[in-house]
Amino acid sequence: MPITSLTWRREDQLMASVTPLKTSAELALIAQGAGLSPDREPAFARFESAGLPHRRVEAYHYTDLRALLKDAPTLAKAGGVAPGGFAFDGIDAFCVSILNGFPNLDGLRDVSGVTLSLSRDAPDDGLASNSVFPTAGDPIVSLNAAFVDQTLRIDVASGQAVEQPVLLRFVTTAAVSAYGRVIVTVPDGARLTLIEAHEGVAGAFANSAVQVSIGDDAQLDHIRVNLADPQATVLTTFGGRMGARSSLSSGNFVTGGGLSRHQVFFRLEGEGSTATISGASMLNGRQLADTTLVVDHAVPECVSREHFAYVLDGEATGVFQGKIIVRPHAQQTDGKMMSRAVLLQDGATMNNKPELEIFADDVQCGHGATVGALDDDLLFYLRARGLPKPEAEALMLQAFVGEALEMIAHDGMRERLEALSEAWLKARS
Amino acid sequence: MLEIRNLHVAIEDGSKKILNGLDLTIHNGEVAAIMGPNGSGKSTLSYVIAGKPDYEILDGEILLNGQNLLDMEPDARAAAGVFLAFQYPLEIPGVATMTFLKAAMNAQSRARGEGELKTPDFMRRVKIGAEKLGIPQEMLRRGLNVGFSGGEKKRMEILQMALLEPSIGILDETDSGLDIDALKIVSEGVNALRSADRAFLVITHYQRLLNYIVPDTVHVMSKGRIVKTGGKELALELEANGYADYVSDVAA
Repeated sequence: MPITSLTWRREDQLMASVTPLKTSAELALIAQGAGLSPDREPAFARFESAGLPHRRVEAYHYTDLRALLKDAPTLAKAGGVAPGGFAFDGIDAFCVSILNGFPNLDGLRDVSGVTLSLSRDAPDDGLASNSVFPTAGDPIVSLNAAFVDQTLRIDVASGQAVEQPVLLRFVTTAAVSAYGRVIVTVPDGARLTLIEAHEGVAGAFANSAVQVSIGDDAQLDHIRVNLADPQATVLTTFGGRMGARSSLSSGNFVTGGGLSRHQVFFRLEGEGSTATISGASMLNGRQLADTTLVVDHAVPECVSREHFAYVLDGEATGVFQGKIIVRPHAQQTDGKMMSRAVLLQDGATMNNKPELEIFADDVQCGHGATVGALDDDLLFYLRARGLPKPEAEALMLQAFVGEALEMIAHDGMRERLEALSEAWLKARS
Repeated sequence: MLEIRNLHVAIEDGSKKILNGLDLTIHNGEVAAIMGPNGSGKSTLSYVIAGKPDYEILDGEILLNGQNLLDMEPDARAAAGVFLAFQYPLEIPGVATMTFLKAAMNAQSRARGEGELKTPDFMRRVKIGAEKLGIPQEMLRRGLNVGFSGGEKKRMEILQMALLEPSIGILDETDSGLDIDALKIVSEGVNALRSADRAFLVITHYQRLLNYIVPDTVHVMSKGRIVKTGGKELALELEANGYADYVSDVAA
């Protein structure tokens, strides 16, 4: 799509001439980039020339980072201690802490079929033609690639079905900038469940990226949970490629973060693969949660399902940008995308931008987006059966969110997330 | 006992008056039928008793066993003994029927200051009630009313009424959309609930339902008022002659 890339470049040039002033967050980030090693310079240069994305950059129209980020806290150093009382204690999982962006492998036992290692190689910055991130030069990815210190590699053995989920616990323990990067390889015939839990204190700025490669006949079940403080910023990117007859399920659950953006970029490169991507965001106060999704059907006969639910209370803002691309040869593609939002207060906002870009002629693709209040007639029906208003609302919202949570494959995690959503509803009533 | 006195009701923005000084008394143990042409205000009456918020009460009162319902929220009215079987029961995807039934029964018990039901007792009561109405267990696990046929939805309403044991059961055109077999099942379900301390208000267009649920009293409603009251033979008369006499009576 040459036209799209041309538009991007022009916007950047125009903005460079219109707003030469850097914000304090941009100046802080540029100062932090002074000591970077040469292999990080291309990523950093990309960020430095474009600056933080703003509302005139289409992909950031609803999440204007230049306006929203007041400052960039100092870069985190290795160390720190994960707090107790983790929401997923008790889940039978192989837990790896990533503290302030630094993976901590100390004292970890071995898991059969999984190899963990650390690397300081320059991470994929989204600029190379073979990048797993299809939106060239995404500023969140650029920043991550520039500032990540150590990358955690998780390699599953070929053909190995790993029963125990790998649980990555990302914690930002202070008001610092934390950059984490994880590369996951699920080769042909292998199977893995990967959970990302994100926690952070007030003032924390976290930017992590998880890139995966899913081989032929392989399966990855992925869950991302944002439970950070409502004064924290959590930017995450999850992207990769899928082989033939492979399967991906990815569920996102957000109650945390003041500013939260979760980017999902997947390219279906082998025939017969299936991607199921879902999310539930429950926000109040002045929280903003953005889900930005690009599913690229590059070959025929793949299926993708996207279902996102937003419950927005107070003055919260939800953002959903979802794009399904169907390449010219990707016949028999079956794609369905749905985003639904319930606004509980007049001050809440939902921005929905579903897009289909279809270049093949024999496909089944659809998208839908709804924004509304709770249905008054349903509410009356439940109240006429004796349920007090808060309980009736909670039951309806639980069902609304449940539709998205149902798509999460791991039973134990799904139950925990259902309990977290119940607790959220209880807290508001 | 349900007593409605001089009830005047408009739709919420006040633009259209629907009930115009309606008086109606239903004693415990009584089955009262209300018949009337389209637009006479029958469904509005049922919604106003149950507490639907879309109406403005201009005057009058509704007392259930001495309690003024108009001062109460819909859920409080339900706990006080009002049950409305909806003409069009709503579908609630994602809320399993069992979950809903339990939430409703427990909410009413709590509102009355009683303890919550024990799960085995609840399960047993639902099982017995469902069997009587020919509701398969599989339906109870599905989302409430989701994918149910018209007849199944009406049976589900009657099951809810049986479990919630109201003082006054209001059936709003429960016969609409039912074939004759479903009509019989639903009517038997209602008849089984008739008792000395429970009243029913049966709203219908047609006399047919009243062959199965035989009323003690029949009231003709027109233009938001009761214009004629009689015994069950009044329903037969209406079936033969239509509503024309009563409609013009009021107009005169």
